[in-house]
Amino acid sequence: MAKLHVSTTINGEPMEFLCEPHESMLDLLRGVLGLTGSKEGCGSGDCGACSITLDDRLVCSCLMLAAEAEGKSIATIEGMAQGERLHPLQQKFLEMAALQCGICTPGVLIAAKSLLERNPDPTESEVRYWLAGNLCRCTGYDKIVRAVLETAAEMRESA
Amino acid sequence: MNVINNKWIGSRTIRPDGADKVTGRASYSSDTNMPGMIWGKVLRSPHAHARIVSVDTSKAEALPGVKAVVTSKDLVEFPLDTAVMLGIQDMRWMSRNVMAREKALFHGHPIAAIAATTEAIAAEACRLIVVEYEILPHVIELEEAIKPDAPILHDFIQFDGKPSNIAGKLEHKLGDVDAGFAGADVIIERSFKTRPVHQGYLEPHSCLVSVSSDGKAVIWSSSQGQFMVRAMTGLLTGLPQSDIRAIPAEIGGGFGGKTIVYLEPVALILAKKSGRPVKMVMTREEVFRASGPTSGSMSTVKIGATKDGKIVAGQGIYYLQAGALPGSPIRGAAGCAFAPYDIPNVQTVGFDVVSNRSKVAAYRAPGAPIGAYAVECVLDEIAEALKMDPLELRLKNAAKQGTKAAHGPVYPVIGFVDTIEAALAHPHYKAPLGKHQGRGVASGFWFNAGGESSAQVNVTEDGNVVVTTGHPDVGGSRAAIANVTAELLGIDHKKVSVLIGDTATIGYSNLTGGSRVLFASAMVVTQSADKVITTLKERAAKIWKIDPEAVTWEDGEARPAGANAGQFPPMTLAQIAAKASETGGPIGAGVQLNTQGAEGGFATHICDVEVDLDLGIVRVLRYTSFQDVGRAVHPAYVEGQMQGGAAQGIGWALSEEYLYDKNGKMDNASFLDYRMPVCSDLPMLDTVMIEVPNPKHPQGVRGVGEVPLVPPLAAISNAVYHALGKRFYSLPMSPPRVLEVLDGV
Repeated sequence: MAKLHVSTTINGEPMEFLCEPHESMLDLLRGVLGLTGSKEGCGSGDCGACSITLDDRLVCSCLMLAAEAEGKSIATIEGMAQGERLHPLQQKFLEMAALQCGICTPGVLIAAKSLLERNPDPTESEVRYWLAGNLCRCTGYDKIVRAVLETAAEMRESA
Repeated sequence: MNVINNKWIGSRTIRPDGADKVTGRASYSSDTNMPGMIWGKVLRSPHAHARIVSVDTSKAEALPGVKAVVTSKDLVEFPLDTAVMLGIQDMRWMSRNVMAREKALFHGHPIAAIAATTEAIAAEACRLIVVEYEILPHVIELEEAIKPDAPILHDFIQFDGKPSNIAGKLEHKLGDVDAGFAGADVIIERSFKTRPVHQGYLEPHSCLVSVSSDGKAVIWSSSQGQFMVRAMTGLLTGLPQSDIRAIPAEIGGGFGGKTIVYLEPVALILAKKSGRPVKMVMTREEVFRASGPTSGSMSTVKIGATKDGKIVAGQGIYYLQAGALPGSPIRGAAGCAFAPYDIPNVQTVGFDVVSNRSKVAAYRAPGAPIGAYAVECVLDEIAEALKMDPLELRLKNAAKQGTKAAHGPVYPVIGFVDTIEAALAHPHYKAPLGKHQGRGVASGFWFNAGGESSAQVNVTEDGNVVVTTGHPDVGGSRAAIANVTAELLGIDHKKVSVLIGDTATIGYSNLTGGSRVLFASAMVVTQSADKVITTLKERAAKIWKIDPEAVTWEDGEARPAGANAGQFPPMTLAQIAAKASETGGPIGAGVQLNTQGAEGGFATHICDVEVDLDLGIVRVLRYTSFQDVGRAVHPAYVEGQMQGGAAQGIGWALSEEYLYDKNGKMDNASFLDYRMPVCSDLPMLDTVMIEVPNPKHPQGVRGVGEVPLVPPLAAISNAVYHALGKRFYSLPMSPPRVLEVLDGV
């Protein structure tokens, strides 16, 4: 089958690509576009390491077809910082050591950002349930949850 | 050193690799591609146990796009009767694990591999390989594998003079256990079972290998040791180590599971045959079916104590699953089980048992959690029988400086007692509990390790510092090395870059494992930095035209001392670096050492649980870990190790296990069905770091990474008992099992 032509927006920039009809968004990002910040931990939507947003909706890019990006807007970890300026979540994760090996970190950050956009004042439980789709095997989640709560508090103060 | 006024040691600095990891820039093994690269895929056995009669790859080779095929014939053959050891790994087993030779020994065992222009073609070509199998009876469970009439995996393995699945035995003895039990007032003996659990790193195994026409190979892969990758790949492919450059990618978790190779030798041969760079990436299903896990176990532990709570004898018999090839961590189980205690009479025995499962790999304090689980659960019953507080019982019997452990050593200064005292005094231990809630405690020990390590500390021309070490960083070791270097040189830690070298750019360094990395690398970095300081002082002396002995190094600058004190303005590292070429050339030093003096790690954990009687769900409500961490060079990443170990222990105790169907195929090879703790399963994981510096280390470092996984299994089991009044002797305490026990099934 012929490749499909897709016009989309990735991290705020217009983008066109050709993809196979069965190709996942994750493979397209990592392969054709070279955006390897999204990770593949399982390929079945169970680990969240490939989390991106599609028109502000949090999705596992391994479960999404690349062709579904047509006319939509996608955000990946590569677009989270504004130039040299890290997003407050990125900065807080560094300050509070909320990462160890770092392979889950891009997905966790994308998911946490998506949470705070919806709920700027989450409880610990709300953070834990929102991030329940992002596996982390290194940290036991403690420092991740604390960093998200702390970022939320700081963002509320500066808002 | 052990100075109290540390500026950087003990400070929560930003990790050197942090910015790359929060922005997606960090390059893990599957993030690298090369021009002309093709893809490798592995054909795996659909049978748990089968003789390989023939492998016909001709149809696969004829498929357009296929560039190379590998079978076991392409790997170096290691005859079954001659052990070839690399560290603790025997190449006879490693070669047969990488590619089945005589027999397929587990479902998922590699049979052949293909490299093709796309992953899809490689996968299709694998399906075209015709393998003739003679299917053999298989055995999965430990209790079945040790029966006299069990299917035998390896004819060459004998036990008690007969073919057997028991591939090895290890025994530790101290005193006379029979005499010890004869003097006991209370004796409790219990049997336990644990299931195999996977390390669960989020990053699947992968590699990219390029072999040029002169035979030189470059390997990009994520592992716990680029030198291990080089050595094992060299042995299995026949290439000299000098022809292999192994480049460590960022590693997405290992926990012991990346201390051996699976793909690298296969990809290297595919690359050599095809003349193209070859990339191989395991799927999550392949990771579950064919890598790791750690052993399942059966054990019986017997402990005797006198009325006043003195333990007089302890005995532990452990059977550990090795998977299809010998090599389960019986040393960790038998060696660590009673190691926290001063007991005059101890006997521990470990049996290494093969069955038709994937070969086990190291998992965080290999074997020790299994050893401690049984001992610490029986101790809880002893305390109950003696009407003693379980922490007081541990305190009364705790190993101290001078205690002789059953596995050999006499302990130097250790902080085990401190962990128990801290737990006793902590508010958590006195906090009220509600209905169906219980509190458990347990302690644990891990050996820790030193070994080979190399470092290079270079001063740049503009007065900054680059440190290169040779152990992959799994949990923040670069951040700790930056702290150590900044402290020693007296400069801002932001002036220090820390890199992990590849096999061509730094000297041999042993695996990231055994909780060795900071212990070993801080030692070689310290010696290197000392040499750099000596050079800096010599250069300042040369500029000032005074004796080098008359120069001191303080706060990052050379100062004239003694008779010359105050005669010249101090010179900073940057000022000396700027004059390096005119005073003698580049400034830098490297040290390579087989580091000695790693001392054991001890921990005590408190866990509160609540049991849902209707659903059988055990929920951890509160968790506090107390650990002798030696010196917390970077406290945040020490806490991170303690928290991560506790979380893995919670998974092992409550939800994780390998399930097999009747054909010997793993039934839950996905993160959906293999249930690791997710964020909503856990509470905050509190940590209390107790610093009893290791006197044999310049900064007082003890390994901290592994002992956190030793106490949780028993701490949680004991908590469940105190919540329900019923004891579990088997893990995981998953909802169906809990309901079975509650229903009295």
